[in-house]
Amino acid sequence: MTATEASTGVDLVSITIDGKTVQVPKGELLIKAAQEHGTYIPRFCWHERMKPVGMCRMCLVEIEGVRGLPPACTTPVADGMVVNTLSDAVKSVQDGVLEFLLINHPLDCPVCDRGGECPLQDTTLAFGPGESRFTEEKRHWEKPIAISDLVLLDRERCIQCARCTRFADEIAGDPLITFNERSGHTEIATFPDEPFSSYFSGNTVQICPVGALTAKPYRFRARPWDLTAVETSCTTCSMHCRAALESSSNRLVRLLGIDSEPVNHGWLCDKGRFGHDAINQEDRVRHPMVRRNGELVACSWPEALDAAADGLRNALAKGGASSVALLGGARGTNEDAYVWARFAKGVLRTDNVDAQFGDGLPAAVALGLPHALISDLDDARAIVVLGVDLKEEVPVLYLRARRAAAELGVPLIEITSAATGLTKYAVASLRHAPGEQNDTAAALVSAIGGTAAGDDAIDAAAGALSGRSGQVVVIVGRANLAEHADATVGAVAKLAEIDHAGFLVALRRSNVRGALDLGLAPGFLPGRVSLEAGRDWFEELWGAVPSEPGLDALGILEAAADQRIGALILLGADPLGDCPDADLATRGLAGAGFTIAVDTFITPSNRAADVFLPVTAWGEQDGTVTNLEGRVQRVTRKVTPEGTAMPDWRIAAELALRLREDFDLATAEEVQDEIARVAPAFAGVDAALLRRARDGAVLPIAEHADELVLGRLSIPITAASWEPIAPGADLEAGGEDGAAEAVVTAGESEPAGSEGAPIAAGDATSEAAGNEVAPVVAGPELPALHTWDGHAPTPSRPGRDAYALRLVSSRVLYDGGVMAQATPAFASLVRPVELRLNAADRDRIGVSDGDRVRIASARGQLDLVVRADTGVTAGTAVLAWNLPGAGAGSLIDASAPVTDLRVESIR
Amino acid sequence: MTATETRLVTARLRERPEDSWTMDGALASGAYESLKQALGMAPESIGKEQVAASGLRGRGGAGFPAATKWSFLAPDSFPRYLVVNADEGEPSTFKDRMLIELDPHALVEGIAIAAFAVSCHLAFIYLRGEFALGYERLTDAIRDAKAKGFLGANIQGSGFDLEIVVHRGAGAYICGEESALIESLEGERGMPRIKPPFPAVAGLYAKPTVVNNVETLATLPHIIAMGGERYAELGVNKSTGTRIFSLSGHVKRPGNYEVELGITFRDLIFSPELGGGTPSGRPVKFFIPGGASSQWLTGSDEHLDAPLDMDFVQQTFGVMLGSGAVMVYDDTVNPALIAWRLAKFFAHESCGKCTPCREGAGWIEKVLYRISHGEGRPNDLDLLFSVGNSISPGVLNAPFTQTTICPLGPSAVSGVASLHKYFREEVIAMCSNGPRAIPVTAGAMQ
Repeated sequence: MTATEASTGVDLVSITIDGKTVQVPKGELLIKAAQEHGTYIPRFCWHERMKPVGMCRMCLVEIEGVRGLPPACTTPVADGMVVNTLSDAVKSVQDGVLEFLLINHPLDCPVCDRGGECPLQDTTLAFGPGESRFTEEKRHWEKPIAISDLVLLDRERCIQCARCTRFADEIAGDPLITFNERSGHTEIATFPDEPFSSYFSGNTVQICPVGALTAKPYRFRARPWDLTAVETSCTTCSMHCRAALESSSNRLVRLLGIDSEPVNHGWLCDKGRFGHDAINQEDRVRHPMVRRNGELVACSWPEALDAAADGLRNALAKGGASSVALLGGARGTNEDAYVWARFAKGVLRTDNVDAQFGDGLPAAVALGLPHALISDLDDARAIVVLGVDLKEEVPVLYLRARRAAAELGVPLIEITSAATGLTKYAVASLRHAPGEQNDTAAALVSAIGGTAAGDDAIDAAAGALSGRSGQVVVIVGRANLAEHADATVGAVAKLAEIDHAGFLVALRRSNVRGALDLGLAPGFLPGRVSLEAGRDWFEELWGAVPSEPGLDALGILEAAADQRIGALILLGADPLGDCPDADLATRGLAGAGFTIAVDTFITPSNRAADVFLPVTAWGEQDGTVTNLEGRVQRVTRKVTPEGTAMPDWRIAAELALRLREDFDLATAEEVQDEIARVAPAFAGVDAALLRRARDGAVLPIAEHADELVLGRLSIPITAASWEPIAPGADLEAGGEDGAAEAVVTAGESEPAGSEGAPIAAGDATSEAAGNEVAPVVAGPELPALHTWDGHAPTPSRPGRDAYALRLVSSRVLYDGGVMAQATPAFASLVRPVELRLNAADRDRIGVSDGDRVRIASARGQLDLVVRADTGVTAGTAVLAWNLPGAGAGSLIDASAPVTDLRVESIR
Repeated sequence: MTATETRLVTARLRERPEDSWTMDGALASGAYESLKQALGMAPESIGKEQVAASGLRGRGGAGFPAATKWSFLAPDSFPRYLVVNADEGEPSTFKDRMLIELDPHALVEGIAIAAFAVSCHLAFIYLRGEFALGYERLTDAIRDAKAKGFLGANIQGSGFDLEIVVHRGAGAYICGEESALIESLEGERGMPRIKPPFPAVAGLYAKPTVVNNVETLATLPHIIAMGGERYAELGVNKSTGTRIFSLSGHVKRPGNYEVELGITFRDLIFSPELGGGTPSGRPVKFFIPGGASSQWLTGSDEHLDAPLDMDFVQQTFGVMLGSGAVMVYDDTVNPALIAWRLAKFFAHESCGKCTPCREGAGWIEKVLYRISHGEGRPNDLDLLFSVGNSISPGVLNAPFTQTTICPLGPSAVSGVASLHKYFREEVIAMCSNGPRAIPVTAGAMQ
């Protein structure tokens, strides 16, 4: 930070702290300025991502010329300020405040989750009085009480710092916890009948300075001194929040958010924070299996790989390359994606490869739009959210967008079919009927261009942009699986006409961006180049590429249903769970020939596979992933799985070897180096760079050199988890430090980034692109990166039956997906399946909330409970896509532009 | 100086005891004449000339010069708000309640004058929730004043507009602290704000805001009527004018008395027209000179003969006239019991925002309970004093500092500091009778 600010010309002032004169940014809070120059002022309530409140009174200091003892956390530095943090008066206040904080604290450290890493313990040892003089009876509360399904509250341990309540209110926008009562009876409380059901509740546990808030999944699972940590990226969705992954006895037990400025600001969503438990489940497949006599039976790896290779060889011999297909690959690492792409396209020579399931956006669009960065939200001219409910699909991106809109004054406009988590922060919410967003987008674009739309909401949206300059950041996702992707593509094409429009493609599935970037899409080759543009280059490097563009997932499933796919590889793919058209997925899987499942669990989709190849999961393998803004960051192995699971990429390399191609790749880092050498968008992003890049690398690095912050390989800090954890830290070192020392030294070592000043643009390109990127063979030219021509098919507009409701089927956070279902902590968080209607439609149908209705589309029918919802527009019906048992897929015909429903009472 | 009442602010109450709170009664005794007069003046001149010359100081407790407070308003920043602190909750203070119930028109007139003087068009009265009668009479008065053109649009043809909103509090003492009051008015939990920014710069809804006490505002019509300079002739030194003192405890005639500042405590407590002395005829042992937040004075001649002069008592004895509540105790009273009862109030009313007050006030209360109920230990008073110092360092040597955000924390220490100053021997003697051992069961291990 410091180096960044110094180099970007922030006004500096000179202050003296304990006799040391330092230069600090003007207006910075004293507590932070002091910390960055090695003086740790003790604190409990202050958190640098939240507004200061000055309530714990632990950070009182003496400032010359100022009466009394002002709190360092609310005092901005001023030139010439002389601060004393060590005087007798300050010391006496610190003793006093700590004694006060402890009088009602139960001191049950031996049985407290926080014991051993507790800021109250540490601060008491470092700054507090030796003993307490309190001999009265302490305050008693019932303890602990569950304030949500994931968080428990022990009010006796609470020191009322309001970090949790402020987080809930200021950061998450879920003000569901608050102070109740006053004086010594002040307690954190939820509102009656309204639990702290925030998607971000786990952050309150992380930032709690005592053990008052504990997380149900972690409670009593480990002691801090038994934990070791590595820095990694969470891959629950495509945001890739930086996180510290901790294990004890080879078992993952905890994930803590790391404060990455460009990505997550230290926060995690609960699904990411607690979802790792899935990998420990009993039904993980631990050994390879082949089908013998109709049963999948365990076998050795050579047997399984040989069987898989035989199946592929047979299919190629019978039906040629076009009879082989690969589905999936978005759940793995970049290395997995690349090696599988090379195997499928360079060895099997099939282009029937798709990491999506007809549930995303065409790769040509997703890869070819002008990209924005997440941090561009903060100073955007406006944010336009097209379709996606970020709170449900990419929760931490929701936090960033919410912050931009609510705290930084960036106008946010949403174009959606139903209300979303961001609706209350939007200057305008433009609702459209399913399939008609391109009209809304067109009207908005012309209103921004100066032609009034005559629609209040649209004109208000356009008006909010007036007087502002900069980029218009469009966040686009695939919100409604009951409408064709063309509808979204049409709207994207319109929005791309806005001057300085940059896109964040918020497809949810974890490494979908990396998979598409590395060629797991029809018509593309690794490095964001089209098959045509990259043909010569990759033929030279790989020896072969597919002769013609292949099928996308829906095409593959259709072909399979027609018995035209002789071999199907399911690379962590669950078409039954992810393809919008359940009937198509079922027919496709049934009609596919030889099926190879590469996965961690047996799912309905891969149950019938001929070979099952078990793979390592997140936390069990090293590699890199690419987030939705194109940032490549590392994921790290923390535990060794039971059994013999292999990384995905190694399986591809093994299969290639059996088809007489030696990839000669021994480690993930070797794969990274090959990617850097051959994949144009990854030019320069080799293993050496990735090891040193604190915040990862944004592709292509030549255009994003300022995002590259190179540092030492590791910087030792404490693992004190309640303060923002600086990225680039060596978390392993933390466990060794004494607790008191940890607090004292935290200040000195915190600005990990100061080691790594951003490198100048010239350096980045020369260092990164200079040596390695030159083609191995002086032959074909480096292909150009793909850009989208903006050509959008005209979505067809079917007429509407006055009695029909048009279906909106979107994803929710706690879902029926494989990982979520395998995480016990989420069991109670999954919402019941309900059909949500506008109250007027509900009344017209003649039912009440809670009644059962029968809904029927051209495809199928379901019986569901109905409920009115003010967020649902008249004429539409909302049914969550991915809840277990929702069955929305049985209603949807993937080839139809929209899905119309008849709803009738079956009371 | 005379030891009798000087009725200025409370004059109407005597003149029209049957209907002082009605529009008719008020008009019959000259209400709103000052407003008419003020509307003819240049707005700024009211503060800069009349109020400044009057030397009027805030009657809520802090005694800050009213004209100076108005002058701190961020210039050229509008809208700005006038907030009336009618959340009178200090134990034994009951003067504002009387004014609101018996002379609401004086308050309305004072608000209109102040609002005109600071160019504010929306005033809020934050009324203590328990004042049911006061609420009724105040809202009636506002309604009637509006009907008569003393409020609303274009008041008395002057072009000046003013609306008044009455908001009833929900029963928290802390909401008498101006920034907590503003928080509460905004719908937030009543907790003091960190200052700066001060309300004059960013107060209600982040706009420049003046917060004035009821009595302060009710005094304004009289300052306009008689002129600031003549008002300043009343009183003593920088404590000009009259003040209403709420007299309670061991006096024959408890009640509110408006007296000219500068008479002595002895006058106030013993004058036959005022307190009339102790009912028992026994000597005054100690008294609380300025509301429960203040440190105490004793029945010594030095203290009794001290003048009611805000600066004098502050500088000489480290006590304050505060809200003007004088509680008198004769020599039958156990001072530790009084200290406990007051501490209990502050411990109960601590808002819970900052640590020293939230935890410390409760601790003090628990120890004082033991002492006053025969369970004291010999070192308890020293312990209390030390705990008090963690809340207000240097509590014996005014001006002390505070480790809390607002003065509620130090208020909780006033009783402890007073025991320490005046009743040390008595309290220690009381403690030596109590059990010496700390009643914990840890000894069972041996």
